[in-house]
Amino acid sequence: MPDLKRYEALGLASIARKVEAGERLSLEDGRALFACPDVTAVGALAHLRRTALHGDRTYYVVNRHINYTNVCVNACAFCAYQREKGQEGGFELSIQDAVDRLLAAPLPPREVHIVGGCHPDLRLAFFVDLLSTVQKALPDATLKCFTAVEIAHFARLEGISTIEVLQTLKAAGLAMLPGGGAEIFAPEVRRRICPKKSNAVEWLRIHGEAHALGLATNCTMLFGHLESIDDRLDHLHQLRRQQDLSRQNGSDGFTCFIPLPFQTENNAIKVERPLTGLDELRTIAISRLMLDNIPHLKAYWVMLTVKQAQAALFFGADDLDGTVVEEKIGHMAGATSRQGLTKAQLKDMIRGMGLTPVERDARFNPVQEA
Amino acid sequence: MSQNIQQILDEAAEGRRLTLDEARLLQREAGLHDLGFAAHRVRLRKHPQPIVTYVVDRNINYSNVCVCACRFCAYFRAPGHEDCFVLSFEAIGEKIAETIALGGTQILMQGGHHPDLPLSWYEDMLAYIKANYDIHVHAFSPPEIVHFAKISGLTTAQVIERLKAAGLDSIPGGGAEILVDNVRSKVSPNKCPSGQWLAVMEEAHAQGLRTTATMMFGHEETPEERLEHLFAVRESQDRTGGFTAFIPWTFQPDNTNIVARPLTSPEYLRMLALARLVLDNVDNVQVSWVTMGPKIAQLALYFGGNDFGSTMIEENVVRAAGVSFRLSQAEIDTLVRAAGFEPRQRRMDYRLVGQA
Repeated sequence: MPDLKRYEALGLASIARKVEAGERLSLEDGRALFACPDVTAVGALAHLRRTALHGDRTYYVVNRHINYTNVCVNACAFCAYQREKGQEGGFELSIQDAVDRLLAAPLPPREVHIVGGCHPDLRLAFFVDLLSTVQKALPDATLKCFTAVEIAHFARLEGISTIEVLQTLKAAGLAMLPGGGAEIFAPEVRRRICPKKSNAVEWLRIHGEAHALGLATNCTMLFGHLESIDDRLDHLHQLRRQQDLSRQNGSDGFTCFIPLPFQTENNAIKVERPLTGLDELRTIAISRLMLDNIPHLKAYWVMLTVKQAQAALFFGADDLDGTVVEEKIGHMAGATSRQGLTKAQLKDMIRGMGLTPVERDARFNPVQEA
Repeated sequence: MSQNIQQILDEAAEGRRLTLDEARLLQREAGLHDLGFAAHRVRLRKHPQPIVTYVVDRNINYSNVCVCACRFCAYFRAPGHEDCFVLSFEAIGEKIAETIALGGTQILMQGGHHPDLPLSWYEDMLAYIKANYDIHVHAFSPPEIVHFAKISGLTTAQVIERLKAAGLDSIPGGGAEILVDNVRSKVSPNKCPSGQWLAVMEEAHAQGLRTTATMMFGHEETPEERLEHLFAVRESQDRTGGFTAFIPWTFQPDNTNIVARPLTSPEYLRMLALARLVLDNVDNVQVSWVTMGPKIAQLALYFGGNDFGSTMIEENVVRAAGVSFRLSQAEIDTLVRAAGFEPRQRRMDYRLVGQA
């Protein structure tokens, strides 16, 4: 039960009561939480919600990221990873390269996360081949591949609908879409940071299509660049609305929300007031409180740093992501976290915090330990 | 949360002293947020103004030669090792001049237990510093004082008297590690026992020197031994009132002879909050950005901390153990402001710089 005296003093008593009762918060409530001077009061409410949903269970996954190319036609202003076609430093992995890297992982990954730039020449047949080859090499792995932005790009290259792209990839083994490319939905901000990328309508439509086809998906928000607090709340609101729609249509919809703090190095966006640790935790906490219909929230330690991700588990997050190994996109933009955590390290740190580690697959089903 | 824990936290927040049994209960069962909020209420009661202080200083390690060989230390070199050094007075002077140029008011000077340097070397160093620079010298943790007594044949009280006469202004709280002899005999068997550490501090207080107290946790101590440490400091403070601040930080295991899981940030925050609640007679609690990083240090300002420690223009010992966060004064100001507090530069005794 929240300490109501504390929330009365902060003018948040009605919000605290709603959180306790599991009622939906309004955008106005979200604004009040962003304006609250005591970030730990907001965090304690989010932790209450997280505990109501998941107890002290804390999820992690043995996973592997593969970036198949950094060549991208979109050239988003925040991206330190992208190269133009033919530019020095540009690369494309062959299918064999990708499989070799996956098989070189210290533990066979349960979740394979494959994303890349919107490459002008790589065609759908290549990705069909990639998925079926990876699935054959790693039959127990869930393939979580291609953001909605890539799906839209494939559709344009092929001259077919995004539904057809999703159907084709699903037949080749695709089980899940990662949540990337959502950035911030506000059109004005999008025009300035990623003008060539799918807009909010297209991004949400593709996720709705994926849900309808029985694919699970994740969702993200990139924050701490040029957006306002209202833009963040609008973003969360649009995700919540899409999730309502997908669930009304009988699908599971989004599995996990991943808040991504903007990394300020090596890119073209000048941020006036870069995020501090408390801004990150506040946004994570408010995301937990607003997204009442999305079950999981990830503290992505690659972007947050390990110690901040640990704190985030008490500010609304219930997942630490995973062992990762070889992350490029965040690190090229200045992320200072280490490159990989072992399964033993993840389990020990979760237990050390007094929480219960649960190894999961990509869809958050607990994995039976061998 | 049980009714009982809430009541204990509420009463502690209002200023009632915790018993050891109550501290045990909180340590075992209180939630992170509940501990933090109670600790923050104590902080606001002791320091109603929304100010977070820090000192601008530099850690100067005059020598890495040490006969202690503590198992948690990645910095020391045994006598005769090729990396051994002793700084010249001139080299120390240059570092002080740089510190002053950056607006610094003090140096924190500690070193290994050098087998051959006589007490007069330390007195000469202090005299050299005081003759040439207007700077507060915060130096020589209790194990060093005990070492000086051993090599000089004097008592620790006499050593403190001589060093004070030569220019020593205050004593840092290092070398406390965990003030339980059972732990010390495992992790730092050649360092002074806990009773002697406390006796040196109380002697310094009696001679008019202020000191701090530290705690390094997360190595081979038990949770109960962490509480013993807090209560030992509280009892000592009851006797003298000489501690200005309590400074807990977590053990960093890289490059040391202790295998331990690095403590997580929530474990650190719980300990910080518990320290604030137990140490009702210590005014200031420092957060440790050096070991926890800027994000958790900022959060720690809501878990009992009211002081950001120091800018540490130079820091060598923690870095040797694998952690190397750096923060400028401007960055500290930004973090403190973003947390809703006003950053203010202070002196060792917590007077604000720019005020009488």
